Amino acid sequence: MMPETRPRVLTGAHFINGDIACAEGALAAGLGLFAGYPITPSTEVAERLSQRLPEVGGRYIQMEDELASMAAVLGASWGGVRAMTATSGPGFTLMMENLGLGVMTETPCVVVDVQRGSPSTGLPTLVGQSDVMQAKWGSHGDYEIVAYSPSSCQEMFDLTIKAFNTADRLRIPVILLADEVIGHMTERVVIPEASKIERVERKRPASAPGNGYHPYATDNDLVPPMAPVGEGYRFHITGLTHDEKGYPVTDAVTHERLVRRINEKVLRQASSLCEYEEASLDDADIVVVAYGCVSRSVRRAIREAREGGIRVGLFRPITIWPFPGERIRELSAQAKAFVVAELNLGQFGRELERFTSKPVVGVNRAGGELLPPEPVLAAIREAASW
Amino acid sequence: MVGELLVQTHPRDALLRADRLPHIWCPGCGLGAVMDCYVRAIQASNVPLDKHVVVSGIGCTGRIAGYLNLDSFHTTHGRAIPFATGLKLAKPELEVTVISGDGDLFAIGGNHFLHAARRNTDLLVVCVNNFNYGMTGGQAGPTTPVGSRTSTTPKGASDAPFNLQHLAIALGASFSARWTALHLRQLRSSFARALQLKGFRFVEVLSPCPVGFGKANNLGEGIDEMNFYRSQGVVDQTIEPEMARVEMSHTVPLPLGIFADGGRKRNTLTPQTRRVNGAVTV
Repeated sequence: MMPETRPRVLTGAHFINGDIACAEGALAAGLGLFAGYPITPSTEVAERLSQRLPEVGGRYIQMEDELASMAAVLGASWGGVRAMTATSGPGFTLMMENLGLGVMTETPCVVVDVQRGSPSTGLPTLVGQSDVMQAKWGSHGDYEIVAYSPSSCQEMFDLTIKAFNTADRLRIPVILLADEVIGHMTERVVIPEASKIERVERKRPASAPGNGYHPYATDNDLVPPMAPVGEGYRFHITGLTHDEKGYPVTDAVTHERLVRRINEKVLRQASSLCEYEEASLDDADIVVVAYGCVSRSVRRAIREAREGGIRVGLFRPITIWPFPGERIRELSAQAKAFVVAELNLGQFGRELERFTSKPVVGVNRAGGELLPPEPVLAAIREAASW
Repeated sequence: MVGELLVQTHPRDALLRADRLPHIWCPGCGLGAVMDCYVRAIQASNVPLDKHVVVSGIGCTGRIAGYLNLDSFHTTHGRAIPFATGLKLAKPELEVTVISGDGDLFAIGGNHFLHAARRNTDLLVVCVNNFNYGMTGGQAGPTTPVGSRTSTTPKGASDAPFNLQHLAIALGASFSARWTALHLRQLRSSFARALQLKGFRFVEVLSPCPVGFGKANNLGEGIDEMNFYRSQGVVDQTIEPEMARVEMSHTVPLPLGIFADGGRKRNTLTPQTRRVNGAVTV
């Protein structure tokens, strides 16, 4: 029988699905509040946290919609806790409003999007990967975002922790861009001891309240220290274009400076943010690119192609945004072609084309089932014949 | 001729961001008076000033947050209440007040008002009701009286407006009052009372918007609308909330007063009290 109250970090080996691994990762990262709205295929994240958060002194609240969920997450973050929500395509769209507020006010938080077949209501229970561009461009305006793509239940756990650390380090919303297959797949997940969980704290103001704290005065890394509410710093935060004091300003110069900075603080870290896995690439002249669930089925295609003598390897982006363009450029030197397999009609592949002059072959499905190895193998063979 | 009165300091200086004044509101607007009432009420409250937080949405009223020398948030249109809900749950010792306009709270944000009231979320929500979208140039909104001329109802508004007192009380608000930008002592007293209570509390303030609404609707300048509040305002707290409609007519009384005060029996949405099976639920 399960004990009444379990610890925050469930150290040990577990056999759990990706959504639950995500919830446990959030708890291990120190999650203080979850606000969400039920939506398939992400509901297990909310269900798990509705049980687990109260066990460890956290707060779970089910909001009236995803607009409210995202707003509550931002409010909670300013309240000084790590906050998150979980959703899928239709809800992710509603969150874009306050995701933008999070970007503009530099509010750290984590948004989990367990992707399903889209557009619109689409295929609620079946897999898709068609929110790649929404994750980058979904809210209005120019901004840089960080999005991680887990391809296993272990990564659902690990990358959720990483997402919180990146969010707090850069003061941005970070997206865990998962998919239905990974969310609902059950695998072994190893949760380390609590002391082994990395934690990056938010930068706090160096001075005590009353010494002229300016909420948007930045350090060299362009990330402003963040004062908690209720401690006497008396700051004002707005989604309007603002100066270092946080005051609304209506001029092009301030606007340019602010928008450039909130983009630059992310782009400056792009090389350390961009994580990826590579397999069999040393001698490869065909590079298969796949992420999330699709990165699992393409491995078989690569293996069979290799058995047939084709020099092919895998590039699996773990960080989808910022886009790993520099690494693609490097691989482009050795590749004669890229094969990009994804459960959308070419969102990642289209971005990849900006970083190579080599042919880019898309293996695309709109979603609804995991991409099988066969069409990927066919594309590899086709490219090998060139 | 009235002489100019120069003062070096003002009793509310410490709570206003003087470096942001003068404010952006039009001559005749009631928002400055409402802000002053709120500031006086929190000065008199038992909660330390550092623990008072104001969250606003978008619009003229939404700008109050930026003039207060408190921790304050100017959020997205309609989302002040859910933002404040997350903030309050994360840090329960805060006294969180949402101050926003009728369009922000009851059109684009209407659903959040419903659900925050349903949960009995521990928030004071202040609605400055000026019957139109002032910031964008005087369009019709959810409280525009039938027949009123606005920039989007050139032949008069046809949609029925909300009676906000009826709405708030039907949703179970533990405190609900309506005053005007003229009834400043009553307003301050209602703020003070609401700040003593827990749970979902609501204060509505009718406020002149001569530029966006008043002049087009036979209410004249700000001072004329203040006179209208004086001549038509009737404090009758015995009437049923559903009868407390605001018609803004020179021939119909304007019902004012405290229509609910602490009568609510439900628990409050705080992490300590709203737990069912250990989870904070609704």
